[in-house]
Amino acid sequence: MAAIEILGLEKTYSVGFWRKRPKCALQPLHLTVEDGEIFGFLGPNGAGKTTTLKMLMGLVFPTGGTARILGMELDDPKMKAQIGFLPEQPYFYDYLTARELLKYYGQLSGLEAKRLSARVDAVLTKVGLKDAADVQLRKFSKGMLQRAGIAQAILHDPKVVFLDEPMSGLDPMGRREVRSLIEEMKSEGKTVFFSTHILSDAEALCDRVAIIHLGELRGVGVVAALTSGVHNSVEVVWQGAAIPSGVKALGAECHLAGDTTRVVIPEEKQEDVLDALRRDGLRLISVTPVRTSLEDYFVAQLAPGKSDVTSGVSS
Amino acid sequence: MNSRIWHITTNTFREAVRDRVLYNLIAFALLMSGAAVLVGQISIGIERLVVINLGLTAVSLFGIVIAIFIGIGLVSKEIDKRTLYTVLSRPVRRWEFIAGKFFGLSGTLVVNTSFMAIGVFAALLYVSPHLQSSDASVLVALYFIVLQFVIITALALFFSSFSSPLLSAVFAFSLFVIGSFAEDLRGFAKLAHGFTHWMATGAAYLVPNFSALNVISQVAHGEPVSSQLVLYNTAYALVYSAAVLAGAVLIFEHRNLK
Repeated sequence: MAAIEILGLEKTYSVGFWRKRPKCALQPLHLTVEDGEIFGFLGPNGAGKTTTLKMLMGLVFPTGGTARILGMELDDPKMKAQIGFLPEQPYFYDYLTARELLKYYGQLSGLEAKRLSARVDAVLTKVGLKDAADVQLRKFSKGMLQRAGIAQAILHDPKVVFLDEPMSGLDPMGRREVRSLIEEMKSEGKTVFFSTHILSDAEALCDRVAIIHLGELRGVGVVAALTSGVHNSVEVVWQGAAIPSGVKALGAECHLAGDTTRVVIPEEKQEDVLDALRRDGLRLISVTPVRTSLEDYFVAQLAPGKSDVTSGVSS
Repeated sequence: MNSRIWHITTNTFREAVRDRVLYNLIAFALLMSGAAVLVGQISIGIERLVVINLGLTAVSLFGIVIAIFIGIGLVSKEIDKRTLYTVLSRPVRRWEFIAGKFFGLSGTLVVNTSFMAIGVFAALLYVSPHLQSSDASVLVALYFIVLQFVIITALALFFSSFSSPLLSAVFAFSLFVIGSFAEDLRGFAKLAHGFTHWMATGAAYLVPNFSALNVISQVAHGEPVSSQLVLYNTAYALVYSAAVLAGAVLIFEHRNLK
């Protein structure tokens, strides 16, 4: 059974005061997320990521389509007891301490009183907030608030966790901490569905990604498959600033960085460049195939009229 | 009570208790009760009347301010700050959230009124060392004030479920003022004719009848309050609040939380 099944979910708003005009926030979306995977929902700002998440959480009502989580309908309380959600840039009850906040959420999730205290302590330790457990949230930094947010999302040991831009606004240390928490969730067998526009995080964490732009799904696939497209190019790096005449003749642009020079050339010209370097007595440092990055794939999908959904690029 | 409603109720109560503005308002109300003792000295024999009148009016006014001030943000603040998202993503139904918020603020107001009532009775004991049997009516007046708070809380919550805090405050306060003259509005409706009569009658019965819940003057003059009025006002407040809350739930259940 798929953890998340989105079956044509769409959302159109009516905007305007006197004359209402329809504004499509999400075109019919069809997506499946398998059990136990980390799924990245990528897109630029305003693409429809948060709208999709809000519809799945029952905060916004879809104009069309349905979805099921763990085989249950979106308004089923039994389903809600098995999911966790971290909204974008969360703000919690600042008059509560971290411990009080988690206790409150645990009560709302139906955790039994005798199990709740132990579970709150365990989760606070897991997210690194044990020492700040009795500090009011108004004194928390952004990174601490984000960790408190993840704590409330996993407190009741949900099977599926939804995170909306979990790394947003965090410094590199904060992002690393959140990344390791997400990896830990996967090792516990949870399904993680998270939206982001930071592609390096998606590339590092996700099993599969979907790319959405202007409310339309543009591509879905396994990250490795999406980034395995080889450009038939290689990058050659050598010691020194000298550029052999054989390399100049190719017309390729050379870049000097420190005391090394690098150039990207077509793969079939590799031997010519290596011969040129040998003739001039230059020391070769590396020859590396150039691969498509997720960013390259992402930017390509955002081009008008481009969509890999029908081309079958999926796992 | 549904445990989720209970937890939302206690959290709302805790939020109100930790709001420092609340203590300032209670302090002002207590000050006014104390000031009533001084005002009562302008003429002999009216100390009790002034203390009860001014004290109960202070309790009523400041309680209404607290009810509106906190009530208007009960839902809208949670939406603006997105705290509602993490609540509704749990197995909490929207009507449970509204009910919990209502009971939480109502409970806060009952506790506040109790503290302010202590101030009124303290002032009363100061001017009249021995309480009289007619002073029991002061408790009835306080009970009616609590019923006013229950209605105004339901109204503030209703407006908060779809409107901004500023507009909610304007609407709620306007209804409080109009409702305080509800009996006059009904009298006007009886004298009017045709379309005006029907409009005025509709408005008179639609606005909350705060004038029937205001027995401060009657109690200050030592007149008893009939048990029939107590029963009628209790039933009226409960039915009116329930209807307003049902409206709040209906609106909130269909609201897109953008």
